[in-house]
Amino acid sequence: MPINDQELGELKRIAKKIRLDIVDVTGWSGGAHIGGSLSMVEILTILYWKYMNIDPARPNWEDRDRFVLSKGHGGVGHAVVLAHRGYFPFEDLKEFNHTGSKLGMHLDSKKAVGVEASTGSMGHGLSQAVGMALGARVLKKSWRVYCVIGDGESNEGSIWEAAMAAAHYKLANLTAFLDRNRMMIDGPTEEVMSLEPLADKWAAFGWAVREVDGHDLRQLSEAVEFAQSHLAGPVMVLCRTVKGKGVDFMENDPAWHYGGLSKELVERAKQSVEREG
Amino acid sequence: MAKEGGLTWTVYDADKMTQREIYGLVLSELGEEYPEIVGLSADLAKSTKIGTFGDKFPDRFFNFGIAEQNMFGVAAGFAKAGLIPFVSTFSVFASMRAAEFLRTDCCYQNLNVKVIATHGGTSFGSAGSTHHATEDLSIVRAFANLVVIVPADAIETAHAVRACMKIQGPVYIRIGRGFEPRVYESFDYGYQVGKAVEMHPGTDITVIACGATVYHAVQAARILKQDDGLSVRVLNMHTIKPMDEEAIMRAVTETRRIITVEDHNVIGGLGGAVAEVIAGGGKGCAFQRVGIPDTFCPHGYPEDLMNLYKIDTDGIIEKVREIMGRDFEADEDWEDEV
Ligand SMILES: Cc1ncc(C[n+]2csc(CCOP(=O)(O)OP(=O)(O)O)c2C)c(N)n1
Repeated sequence: MPINDQELGELKRIAKKIRLDIVDVTGWSGGAHIGGSLSMVEILTILYWKYMNIDPARPNWEDRDRFVLSKGHGGVGHAVVLAHRGYFPFEDLKEFNHTGSKLGMHLDSKKAVGVEASTGSMGHGLSQAVGMALGARVLKKSWRVYCVIGDGESNEGSIWEAAMAAAHYKLANLTAFLDRNRMMIDGPTEEVMSLEPLADKWAAFGWAVREVDGHDLRQLSEAVEFAQSHLAGPVMVLCRTVKGKGVDFMENDPAWHYGGLSKELVERAKQSVEREG
Repeated sequence: MAKEGGLTWTVYDADKMTQREIYGLVLSELGEEYPEIVGLSADLAKSTKIGTFGDKFPDRFFNFGIAEQNMFGVAAGFAKAGLIPFVSTFSVFASMRAAEFLRTDCCYQNLNVKVIATHGGTSFGSAGSTHHATEDLSIVRAFANLVVIVPADAIETAHAVRACMKIQGPVYIRIGRGFEPRVYESFDYGYQVGKAVEMHPGTDITVIACGATVYHAVQAARILKQDDGLSVRVLNMHTIKPMDEEAIMRAVTETRRIITVEDHNVIGGLGGAVAEVIAGGGKGCAFQRVGIPDTFCPHGYPEDLMNLYKIDTDGIIEKVREIMGRDFEADEDWEDEV
């Protein structure tokens, strides 16, 4: 069932807390991929707090749903989510990026509990997600696989190779979310390497496509409900998002793809997050 | 300081600028001289500094988005059309993501493609293994026709970028992220592709280094002279292929102890290449490769990683002392060996 009003309020509160903590961790770490982490907060929130069949106390439980962050540079956002969901102590985030810490800028599946795939090189995660989804079929398991890819990342040929395979094998247990924040490092996606018409491309590759406001938890919820009921093949949830969402001086500015924050900027950023949500 | 070797800026600038910044500048200068140069990037124009060229020559600069394989294929096409493409991305993607496109399209056809691979070795520290390039030298060294260069600092980067224009065929220049201290005092040290540079004279042992480790090898040699009275020769083996075999064999006969120091897996890179030369030379020599011991490195600050793998000043001192303490007998027939 899609989220009700009470759940909506609760998830919004969680999303805001995650944003505030992403800002803090970026401050502590000396630098992090903050822009693209802020843009995917609602996507991760709805998955980790509403839909994924997971048990943080048993991160290797065989039947768990899998989540793959294909745009692995969103590690700071993912790490905050995992900490809040109980995969590791919040204290660990204080060491994010530091030498010797379990948590690096791109999360390492051998070190960070709850991370299914070591990503960070663009265009690897969706292929691994296809393998996990096909694996469920071979093993007659009912786990689902969720994957978040970037729009810049969608320049990579391997994304489309994976897209072809997922449709070919009719992977109804695979749902991908495209964080369509329209920015990459060198500028707006449509200026660097145009992607549009993107929904048509995914549809032409054989995926059922749902377009949503990626910051609207209700729309995201409906899209996941659709994906879970769609048995013909993989579903792409094309999420219109804002890079740097919630921090006024970061929104839509590609310079905040990666950055460090002084104490003053941390405070300014948090005030902005508090105001917005 | 006066303009040297056709460069319009000074050693002082090189001290303040990273290898990448210098690369961007030199390429912009070369762009004036050579209208056939084009610049290619994969959403890393700013990060690799090829954007400096792009700002100056927007019509000769192309961003292909995050699609490295395509970019290297396109580079081959540009070269076939008579242009000279400079292709820039992180070393890990140039050498691995796009490896076959570099090998089969650019090297097999012996095309005039110049690769500037930034963030080499563990210089991208906290980004972790997905962004470390600790295998690239090993991989690209095996691509026939490819010249492989690892400049020690910004000054040498300027030389290498200029020099690669005189080479007909593909060149791979591996630079760092920007934490490499300056090694050279001036531009005037007779840079030549394929010729090692003696950075410090010595007769007891030779340290062969490349890239960011050259600075540390020189520091170590100075300290070892002062503290241990050791005479440590330091060779900057800035060209990994073709390698200066003569300098290596001279080191074998004159110092009889060699260690190689590199920000790279000890398999197949500088150490591997030097080992091949020594083994083929037929002369015995105490030898050790210092570098990353066939492992994926943890994430961490670059200086911490260099310390961990003993490729910084302290580590090199430790390794030199270790090998000097080892019993090593020169056999009597030394002169007769082949
Ligand atoms: C194969 C590869 N090439 C280049 C990079 C460097 N890089 C890291 S993030 C990024 C931009 C990603 O853009 P996008 O997918 O749109 O992510 P978002 O804007 O959501 O952060 C690039 C080029 C990389 N990590 N992997």
